[in-house]
Amino acid sequence: MDRIPILKMGHFLLVTIQVDLYDRLALTLENDLISMVSQTGARGVLIDISAVSIVDSFMGRILGNIASMSRIMDAETVVVGMQPAVAITLVELGLTLQGVYTALNVEKGMELLNSKMDTNLEQEEDEEDQDDRND
Amino acid sequence: MQNQLSDAGLRDDLMTNDELLRQSEEMLDALLRAIATGNFDDIYATEYETITDTLRDISITRARQGFSPRETAQYVLSLKKAVVEVLEQERSDDYITLYKESTSINTLLDNLSIVTFETFIKGREEVILRQTDEISEISTPVIRVWNGILALPIIGTLDSARTQVVMENLLQEIVNTGSNIAILDISGVPAVDSLVAQHLIKTVSATRLMGAECIISGIRAEIAQTIVHLGIDLSNIKTKATLASALQLAFSMTNVEVRRIDKNVGLRGTR
Repeated sequence: MDRIPILKMGHFLLVTIQVDLYDRLALTLENDLISMVSQTGARGVLIDISAVSIVDSFMGRILGNIASMSRIMDAETVVVGMQPAVAITLVELGLTLQGVYTALNVEKGMELLNSKMDTNLEQEEDEEDQDDRND
Repeated sequence: MQNQLSDAGLRDDLMTNDELLRQSEEMLDALLRAIATGNFDDIYATEYETITDTLRDISITRARQGFSPRETAQYVLSLKKAVVEVLEQERSDDYITLYKESTSINTLLDNLSIVTFETFIKGREEVILRQTDEISEISTPVIRVWNGILALPIIGTLDSARTQVVMENLLQEIVNTGSNIAILDISGVPAVDSLVAQHLIKTVSATRLMGAECIISGIRAEIAQTIVHLGIDLSNIKTKATLASALQLAFSMTNVEVRRIDKNVGLRGTR
């Protein structure tokens, strides 16, 4: 069965989705990713969906699930490279992916994760940042 | 009958310029050929195909050129008067034939004028549709005001179709330029109701999903009042009163500073 490779880069896990996600594949990814987070003690997960052109409510929910699960295990999730059509579809479906960080491309996503790491070290700034982000 | 129509044609042509002369000759030829078959009732028959096509061409051209409906209708209806006059002269001794012939020519020309009119209106509608498209196209410009900062001034009422265009343009431009911040300026939006607010919130959410931040600016006092009275929650969206203050916020978010140098008028951003 197909699997989506999960790459470890330092403290972060990198997932690049290059194929259209069908439901079973998405569920497998969710399982694999969470067990990887617990095995490696990763502090951040970066999911690149720039090649995904079709999205449905299930896929949106899986992304939300991954983010929530990772946060419980002390890892932040950043979704990068979302296509305009995908963003519009998700908004029309009412899935605004609350709690998921987003960035334009992998580079900016990495920057975001790094800045999160820095701020995590300084507790006070972290709280401020959270407030800003939640605004 | 053919002679009569040619006479009538001459009369019709007298009051036209070269272009119209050509059109009228073309139309009269087609009409004569059609009448020669003896069919006076059914203008959808094959023998009338040429003439209806010619008429359609003429009315569409006239609609585009901006002729008034009266002028266009007059084009076919003037023929009626001419034909009836000629008929009157030729059949002055035989009233029954005169009556029958003028009735049938009346019906025929009426039907033809209906075709003209239908096409004329269709032509005008096409013009209107094209203009609507153009307006929606030019009314949603996405401006790159700074490296990584986009501005999108919205002028006019926001409806679902328009929001869709705005959203698509904005998101596409974010991808193209790799911008981090988009400023949505609504100072040109006359009124904000719950639906418009809903559309704005959707646009902001979509921008956020793409990984960019969205600031709404240009909120006037009365709009702020309406929003609060309607109980719309914009608390998790960054809002500013003017485009200038939104730009200021965008600068501080991207760690850009604008300051005055010397006493000379000159603003420079330092990265």
